[in-house]
Amino acid sequence: MHAFADRTLGRVGTVFLASILVVAVAVPVSNLLFPPGSPLHMPSYLVALLGKYICYALLALSIDLIWGYCGILSLGHGAFFALGGYAMGMYLMRQIGTRGVYANPELPDFMVFLNWSELPVFWYGFQHFAYAAFMIVAVPGLLAFLFGWFAFRSRVTGVYLSIITQAMTFALMLGFFRNNFGFGGNNGLTDFKEILGFNVQAAGTRAALFAASCLALAVGFVICRAIITSKFGKVLIAIRDAESRTRFLGYRVESYKLFVFTVSACMAGVAGALYVPQVGIINPSEFAPANSIEAVIWVAVGGRGTLIGPIIGALVVNYAKTTFTSGMLAPYWLFLLGGLFVAVTLLLPRGIVGTIQHFWSQRRQARDGEGAVPEPSPAPAE
Amino acid sequence: MFRNSHRVTGILFALCLLMGSAATAKAASFADAVALLAADSFSDTEAGITAVAASGHAMAPKVIGALQQSQLLFDANSRRVVIKDGSNVIDATTGERLGEAATGFAPVRLNNRLRRSVEAALGGLTLLSPDRGTRLGAAQSVFRSRDAATLPTLDAAIAKEQDSEVNRALTAARAAVVLYKPDAAEADKLEAVSTIRLRNDQEAVALLSGLPSDTPPTVSRAAQAAITTIQNNLAAWAGVQNAWYGLSLGSVLLLAAIGLAITFGVMGVINMAHGEMVMLGAYTTFVVQEVIRTRYPHLFDLSLVFALPLAFMVAGGIGILIERSVIRFLYGRPLETLLATWGISLILQQAVRTIFGPTNREVGAPSWMTGAFEVGQITITYNRLWIICFALVTFAALLAMLRFTRLGLEMRAVTQNRTMAASMGIRTARIDALTFGLGSGIAGIAGVALSQIDNVSPNLGQGYIIDSFMVVVFGGVGNLWGTLVGAFTLGIANKFLEPYAGAVLGKIAILVLIILFIQKRPRGLFALRGRAVEA
Repeated sequence: MHAFADRTLGRVGTVFLASILVVAVAVPVSNLLFPPGSPLHMPSYLVALLGKYICYALLALSIDLIWGYCGILSLGHGAFFALGGYAMGMYLMRQIGTRGVYANPELPDFMVFLNWSELPVFWYGFQHFAYAAFMIVAVPGLLAFLFGWFAFRSRVTGVYLSIITQAMTFALMLGFFRNNFGFGGNNGLTDFKEILGFNVQAAGTRAALFAASCLALAVGFVICRAIITSKFGKVLIAIRDAESRTRFLGYRVESYKLFVFTVSACMAGVAGALYVPQVGIINPSEFAPANSIEAVIWVAVGGRGTLIGPIIGALVVNYAKTTFTSGMLAPYWLFLLGGLFVAVTLLLPRGIVGTIQHFWSQRRQARDGEGAVPEPSPAPAE
Repeated sequence: MFRNSHRVTGILFALCLLMGSAATAKAASFADAVALLAADSFSDTEAGITAVAASGHAMAPKVIGALQQSQLLFDANSRRVVIKDGSNVIDATTGERLGEAATGFAPVRLNNRLRRSVEAALGGLTLLSPDRGTRLGAAQSVFRSRDAATLPTLDAAIAKEQDSEVNRALTAARAAVVLYKPDAAEADKLEAVSTIRLRNDQEAVALLSGLPSDTPPTVSRAAQAAITTIQNNLAAWAGVQNAWYGLSLGSVLLLAAIGLAITFGVMGVINMAHGEMVMLGAYTTFVVQEVIRTRYPHLFDLSLVFALPLAFMVAGGIGILIERSVIRFLYGRPLETLLATWGISLILQQAVRTIFGPTNREVGAPSWMTGAFEVGQITITYNRLWIICFALVTFAALLAMLRFTRLGLEMRAVTQNRTMAASMGIRTARIDALTFGLGSGIAGIAGVALSQIDNVSPNLGQGYIIDSFMVVVFGGVGNLWGTLVGAFTLGIANKFLEPYAGAVLGKIAILVLIILFIQKRPRGLFALRGRAVEA
């Protein structure tokens, strides 16, 4: 265990993982066990809000895995997030059963409203959580696999890839906005009642969902660390820094990319699935290209290629967003967000965590002389 | 009622002759005709209706209209006919307000046969109306109603008609009536079929396919043949229509993408704020129009002419500012450029939202861009036509600028080999700024054109950014001709897919096709070959 922790997680990673797990326990405990008046009590709305942030952090982590370590800038990761969310939403819709407005035991309300007589085939099986859980991972994974299969094999790279991923999420958004697509159209899926038999609105369920999100984030973190510290991860970094050179050395670049892209999409799907019951709705605007690109900026703010950075970036940026958009400063949020994009790329290209790491390694280098090798910063070598 | 048609025709012609005589005689005949309505017998009322309708008197439509609404009253003793107007009455022959209460009068009674006569008379009255539009509308409605009672009026109207378009409509209406008249001769019906075929539209098809069962077989066969001809013709026109819509969409795409072809295609800078440059151009148009509206209203038709250079300068100036302050630090880092320019686009959108408000702004169209004309079966609006011309002129001007001016030469030199260009004494940093300014400025003038067909709102640009990138990527980066072909191909493909797949699904299909196309040809339709690929 120690060896694994040392080799895979590193000292900082271990501390970080431990703190995620502490939060996973501490927040629900503070919410459920302390009475509302107590200074240690955390109000329920805050738990839901933090849970949402944690899901965003997992999305940011999944983007960092491909952008920070493989140089694939996806502007469509929101699509995988939303697909996972829809899969979870479909399960939650089937759980409503006869408690819907039209009390149809089989069909969700919006289908009754559209005068549909039977459940579309792709809705079959979603009443079982296990099936839904499988689809949460499988659908984004399959889409990423197919997309990556075509894109990486024909060597679509760099900004071209970014633009077609953006087009992909845009096309999905247009599709999901249509009523006859079978996913609730404009309104999406909402009005959920139960998850696994527990009331979605109940404080206990919310606390459990929060803990589950933290756990998912922790698992995601470990998976990412495991990938990048392995030999496989070294090849990924080589692809990021010098793709052609890696190919000439005999590595099948497209297979590496395809694998890591699919893993990343699955992680984004899980993030979306955990997000939906906590916010209570999923609609096609989650596919909006702006959402995906905003997720990229969380990674950039925190520091790409650091894994811890994107998590911190997602938390910081979303906390700022909540603070700004809920107060008098709401009209200025877009100025701040826009400024953040410009400032981070110009002034802080390593991001918060990357800059700190860089500073430390510089100091260590200065102290130890030429002994230590600095962490490679993400810059292409070609 | 067909039994009566000869009598009706007789009276009509008699009264037509009267119409030609002196004004007093006309007034007298109208008074006589109106008096017939007071006879309280259905046959006299019918004669009265026909006579009134044929009189051409200014009060005639009012009298018949009142009759239809049961507002026409008569006094059994004095044989006076009046029109009910609220609680008072109006004299039916003179239109004078009489100031008597409506109580002493009884309404002129109608039966179902007379109601049809009234309707036909009203249709006939409008067929003879002095207003061209009313006549055309009346001919259309007769074409649809196919009422045999209007036949005499139709004949009179056709004989009188000077306007060729109205005449065609009247002739077609007459043919429709004849075709559906059971006692018409077979030869007449055959001729009617060929007349209707000339109309060449969906309504003619509907008319010909709904023929009654007692139609002679030769006529039915002729009608069937006519339907086939019309439908083939219509399909061809639908194709032309789609092509026209496609050209129109293509020109919009071309306008939006052409600036991007410079900044992205030539310079390789991913400018996500490109759509916002278009938006700035549209808002410049709005401001120019506001100034003109308040200060110099007589110059309104020239507002777009003033807006063009201003939009170019505003968008181009902001473009240069962006290049100098942000983009020049990010050359060679395309992904970072993408993020930074996305941030700029957010800032610009929010700035416009703060200054002009989040709602759509009204941009007016100058008189030379409003209206439409018809070519065959399709309608071409002037604004779309002008935008196509404008897009092509802009494209040609840009091409000429790159090819024949010194700045164009230096731009090409810098994009092809920066180091070499620098050592030849070209100030590359200045060229970079100017090239970016040029691309942004062109986006600005695209905004002037798009303000005529799209909502001017802070989100205007966002709608075009993905499409523009698709066009540039599809056409091939670094190739302006590719952008031209790409824009029109995508525009036309989109419009031809729409009838089968619907607007949204058509757009999705296009996006998927482009994604697949990029897999096949990652460098676009007109890929650069040789060394430029590596640059």
